[in-house]
Amino acid sequence: MDDALLLDAIERYRNGEMSPQEIIFFEELRKNNPDIDQLAAEHNFFLAELDKLSEIKAYKHNLNEVENKLANEGVISQNQAKAKTKILYLWNRYRRTIAVAASIAGIVSISTATIVSMYSENKKVAVITPLVDHQLRQFEHKLNQIETKLNDASAVIKLPAKPKFEANFRATGFLVDGSGYIITNAHVITDARNIIVENKKGEQFLAKAVYINKITDLAFLKISDTSFKKVAALPYTFPKYSAELGEHIFTLGYPREEVVYGEGYLSAKSGYFGDTTSYQISISVNPGNSGGPVINKNGEVIGIISSKETNADGVVFAIKSKNIYDALKEMKGDESIKLPTVNSLKGLDRVVQVQKLEDFIYMVKGN
Amino acid sequence: MNIYEQEKVLLEGLAANDTSAIETIYRENYSTIQAFIVKNSGYPEDARDIFQEAMIVLFEKAKQESFELSCQIKTFIYSVCRRLWLKRLQQQSRYYPASEIIKETVPVEDELEVHEKLNVDLTLMENALNKIGDPCKSILEAYYIQKKSMPEIADTFGYTNADNAKTQKYKCLLRLKKIFFAQYKNGE
Repeated sequence: MDDALLLDAIERYRNGEMSPQEIIFFEELRKNNPDIDQLAAEHNFFLAELDKLSEIKAYKHNLNEVENKLANEGVISQNQAKAKTKILYLWNRYRRTIAVAASIAGIVSISTATIVSMYSENKKVAVITPLVDHQLRQFEHKLNQIETKLNDASAVIKLPAKPKFEANFRATGFLVDGSGYIITNAHVITDARNIIVENKKGEQFLAKAVYINKITDLAFLKISDTSFKKVAALPYTFPKYSAELGEHIFTLGYPREEVVYGEGYLSAKSGYFGDTTSYQISISVNPGNSGGPVINKNGEVIGIISSKETNADGVVFAIKSKNIYDALKEMKGDESIKLPTVNSLKGLDRVVQVQKLEDFIYMVKGN
Repeated sequence: MNIYEQEKVLLEGLAANDTSAIETIYRENYSTIQAFIVKNSGYPEDARDIFQEAMIVLFEKAKQESFELSCQIKTFIYSVCRRLWLKRLQQQSRYYPASEIIKETVPVEDELEVHEKLNVDLTLMENALNKIGDPCKSILEAYYIQKKSMPEIADTFGYTNADNAKTQKYKCLLRLKKIFFAQYKNGE
């Protein structure tokens, strides 16, 4: 049998094109002839490699087809949109810096205004300063507008709603107002269509977002279910002052279906890349802990867990509680959220504190 | 159907190279991945590359016989894309994100290792095909890659009959095998 026939036979055997007699003959041939057997093994390996290539190519072809289709529908950004996406890209890259710069500009403008009015007899200057302030506010307003637009653009196209509710994210939130306001991270609920909050007892309530700020990563949810019973007094408070290095802290959250306790300490007064709006804390967290409270020994909520460092364990960032007050100010009374003012956890044993707290920690989930 | 059954159907569709399954997975996951990559110093075009690669990893996994995904598709895709993207950033020694939002991931190192190896193998075969030149390359691709029949190939390439085409294919095949195995052994 020459080699051409042999390779042909190997391929026909592989493709199942042989008659039963041929199969018996071929298998005998392989068994009794080591050289042929080796050639067959080698050729089969080679054909398998070719098949893999064929399969992947067919698959890639389909991938490209789907990609093109979705690009035409606008679900996938196209290359033509490069200019726009570049801005988006730069914005995303620098928006934290821009936010910081904007706030510094605010501080500078206030201090110069004071100095100018103190040292100048000329009243015109004093008249000019509020104008500057006004322009700044306009500028800030424009920045916000641009941001909203860009965020809308990045959200691309929303998927059609599914008829049945299946949660596809889970995080933590906690009550800031007993009448049914819960705070959590903005990144948790940004793309959510439906949001459900669940307490320790497993009671579920529908909730809707009433405030989302992607820069500070804070969001407020309002429980819209009438079955929710209002809480007269929350036991914890939110300090406006900065917490101290080395303070012992703990958190409660829902990395699992059950509420989980974790403790650690405050390791730096600034967050990622010197971000002064957050703390660095040392604690072990998992997905699902996002949005959980960071509580000190007096039962004060000093922060809200938001992110963690990628290549280090236990380096977690928490948004300072002061930002909650800023958020409320920003809402300008759209919702009547009243933060608790009386702390009833101070001086209690940690176990008792947790018992008093855990009813107000919620699992936030949705799709 | 609950979400697990839905996902099983999707993966079966994927293994069978079904376009509608591919489309569904794209629709449900693409924007998240793009947002992740753009947020971490990438361009939307990078997202297309990375997402395609993750789809291939998922395809390879879905085709394994005893295959069961221990997590949701979106978690798997996110984990693979995240790994691939961070790796690419590292290779280009570009800015490596030190902080990111806490999102569920699963370990995908094993899958990516298998995928890398497969990529190497496929590149070997493609290189060999490129080296043998035309018409050999086209004939072999028509038969082995596009799975066309011999009479069809004879017709396309202007052979008088299928047997002539077959003889030519045989000669080409021997050359391809020679180059492929030479590379293969060098690579080891």
